[in-house]
Amino acid sequence: MRKGLSSFNLVSAALGLAFLYLPIAILVIYSFNASRLVTVWGGWSLAWYRELLADGAMLESAWVSVRVALVSATAATILGTLAAVALARGGRFRGRLLFTGLLYAPLVMPEVITGLALLLLFVAIGLDRGFWTITIAHTSVTLCFVAVVVESRLLTFDRSLEEAAMDLGAPPLRSFLLVILPLIWPAIAAGFLLAFTLSLDDLVIASFTTGPGATTLPIRIYSEVRLGVKPEINAICTLMIVLVALGVIAAAVLNRGRASRRAEAVDLTAKL
Amino acid sequence: MRRVFPPACSILPTLRRFLAGLSFDNYAALGSDRLYLAAYLKSLEVAAFSTLMLLALGYPFAYAMARAPRRLQAMLVMLVVLPFWTSFLIRVYAWINILQRDGLFNQMLLALGIVEEPVGWLSTNTAVYIGIVYSYFPFMVLPLYAALEKIEVSLHEAAADLGAPPWKAFWRITVPLSRPGIVAGSLLCFIPIVGEFVIPDLLGGSATLMIGQTLWTEFFANRDWPIASAVAVVLLCLLIVPILIYQHRQAREIEQGG
Amino acid sequence: MVERAQPIKPRLGPKRDFAPWADPAASPLVRFERVAKRFGAISAVGRLSLDIFAGEFFALLGPSGCGKTTLLRLLAGFETPDEGRILLEGADLAGMPPYRRPTNMMFQSYALFPHLSVERNIAFGLEQERMPKPQIAARVEEMLALVKLEGFARRKPDRLSGGERQRVALARALAKRPKALLLDEPMAALDKKLRAETQFELIELQAKLGTTFVIVTHDQEEAMILADRMAVMERGRIVQVGTPAEIYEQPSSRYVADFVGDVNLLEGRLTATGASESLVHGNGGVQLRIAQPVDAAPGALVWVALRPEKVRIGLERPTEARENALAGTVVDVGYLGNLSVYKVRLDDGALMTATLSNRTRLVERTIGWNDRVWLSWPPEAAIVLTR
Repeated sequence: MRKGLSSFNLVSAALGLAFLYLPIAILVIYSFNASRLVTVWGGWSLAWYRELLADGAMLESAWVSVRVALVSATAATILGTLAAVALARGGRFRGRLLFTGLLYAPLVMPEVITGLALLLLFVAIGLDRGFWTITIAHTSVTLCFVAVVVESRLLTFDRSLEEAAMDLGAPPLRSFLLVILPLIWPAIAAGFLLAFTLSLDDLVIASFTTGPGATTLPIRIYSEVRLGVKPEINAICTLMIVLVALGVIAAAVLNRGRASRRAEAVDLTAKL
Repeated sequence: MRRVFPPACSILPTLRRFLAGLSFDNYAALGSDRLYLAAYLKSLEVAAFSTLMLLALGYPFAYAMARAPRRLQAMLVMLVVLPFWTSFLIRVYAWINILQRDGLFNQMLLALGIVEEPVGWLSTNTAVYIGIVYSYFPFMVLPLYAALEKIEVSLHEAAADLGAPPWKAFWRITVPLSRPGIVAGSLLCFIPIVGEFVIPDLLGGSATLMIGQTLWTEFFANRDWPIASAVAVVLLCLLIVPILIYQHRQAREIEQGG
Repeated sequence: MVERAQPIKPRLGPKRDFAPWADPAASPLVRFERVAKRFGAISAVGRLSLDIFAGEFFALLGPSGCGKTTLLRLLAGFETPDEGRILLEGADLAGMPPYRRPTNMMFQSYALFPHLSVERNIAFGLEQERMPKPQIAARVEEMLALVKLEGFARRKPDRLSGGERQRVALARALAKRPKALLLDEPMAALDKKLRAETQFELIELQAKLGTTFVIVTHDQEEAMILADRMAVMERGRIVQVGTPAEIYEQPSSRYVADFVGDVNLLEGRLTATGASESLVHGNGGVQLRIAQPVDAAPGALVWVALRPEKVRIGLERPTEARENALAGTVVDVGYLGNLSVYKVRLDDGALMTATLSNRTRLVERTIGWNDRVWLSWPPEAAIVLTR
């Protein structure tokens, strides 16, 4: 692609970024508003954060969300990595294309369909709805994302690396552990992070598969938001934004110095 | 030969009993109520228009990204990805803040003298479109950028060398070569938007009843699981062709080595 | 596990009288016995037999897709033969996975582990053998010295040049002292100048170590420079095995003659063949005499193969000859510096090439475009091909 920005390019880039960030910035700023009226600026204050800390139900939901996200992201990372390795390295086994297709479908499937389908499955096999059904549902959806991220990383390096390891005397499992795993590690970490945030953010699938005593943070926020804007919600949203931004930036910093960092970021996201 | 399955004679009655229990009444109900049809059509309409808008807004942005210096590109990608990692719900909620009756948007319009009195932006089509375009922007930009970024400098130079002015080179070289990105980005936006629930529910009004909301209402408010399932199945049928196209393209891309 | 080769012993002197293939009592290091390999409907290697002897530098030469890389991968254990056997020192390799075979491979892409330093790359194979640490360190040092990369031990592969990477790959593959080193297009990624240097370094290295080298290449010049013997392959079969001189001077078929070097092919009918001579009636009506018997009946369709550098080109009709002389018009002259190449359109329409080495500084070309010229050669210059 030709380098160099025309003024038109600069304007579109600036407008695009403003469009992306202004609403979030406004939300963050208003979370420090002293006024109870969401729209009137009453000076800086941490009042809503204090109120948030006193809101037991909100904190409890946050705790549920974090637990669901941790468990499901861990499971999804393991299963997704295995699937990716099978797809990228298993050769042309029968039904490979179908398997690839099945892995990609949930990436674009409307969440209402996935949520309802998973719920019906849980009902059919008689699973009590609650923490574990949400966790299983999130695992099954996010593992596809992990698989896609890890697979695209696996495909960026030469197959002969494993052959070289074997040629030098490392049996298959050892060559995977010594050569492949260290190389796909950043992708696995990114996959975990992605699965974790997707799970933390999900409203629709969690709403379908939840049960008594398992109200996740998005479900709680959604029910509050339906009743109108509250500064306390601004505060919790700000906290979530900061948390996620820190995680993503940390991941980016960890990966710094790798030649293919930008390509990786594109790969990672263009596939989603 | 060993038999793994029971003989056919015992399967058939079971199957027959199972089939007898099935009914298409729910689908008939879908067909007879105009509400469902209207919701399906509205969803397709909203998805189609917002995909076009996303393309119109996303393309110049992705193009600017691809032309930026290398170091800046990495940062721009990061900046586009970052909102994508933050919660969908939060991003929609941010717009409620802005679009409400005494929100910033109206305050700005009043201050500029564009409107005389506050406009009710919430619960309108406009709000839904704003929310969708905002939320899906990264999904459109990133595939476009990935395709644009691959186009080699020498192609533009060759086009210029052969006498094509910049706009013609753009139209005849850049646009056709970025087609994979256009298709991927459009599918990546169109398919989930059709089934979108959160955005029309929080930002839209009764005028923008989309099928995702209908399904949600049938399931959560009316507790009518069979109808909700029928709604979902019909939605899936509507989307199966674009989903298959998307799957096929991705699988092929993977086959070609990522 | 098969025993590793003995520690490296420098061989004395150049490989002058080295010809184990000519010794009927010698047993080969590697033997392919009617080996076949198919990928789906495509036959990559078809019932092929080949012996490679210890200490040989052996080249597998052929165009891409001829099955030469598959043959190498069969030996390394990455592919399993559908038919036939592969023997190493008389022992069948069937069922032995790549990580147990006493052969090592140098990959076309080098396949250096990007997350490991140069020394860890070289040590990788030794660590798999659970060699004690001090011994590993010593061996790594020895290998680095061998490929002249002392001081690069702690670098990561992405901070090496193409030539340095190639040498790390070589050192890594040699570190385990394999019985045979397999090289898959080892110079494909190097530029021409570096390639020429590396080729001579490889010859030197191989002579010094005495390890059997099996190289796969599509570059006939490279094969001829490097190899003691080479096998020319076509569509999964070996069409000729021999020393570079044998292949060049006595190609067994038009395919080999054409693939290895440039050649003029004159079609004709065999008219007579004796103990030391044959006569061919060329299509242009000319009589061709060749100092070689031909294994075909008179009247058979044959081709007379003639290397361009063996053709004399002159403005005058050669005095002695009604044989081995053809008239034509120069249609192209190429000046290559050391050589001049003449393309001559014969009177019967065929095109022939003659090269002249430019022994003196070229001031004025004596032969130029559109000149009428005579091409001639002695009977010993050409050979007759029946295939």
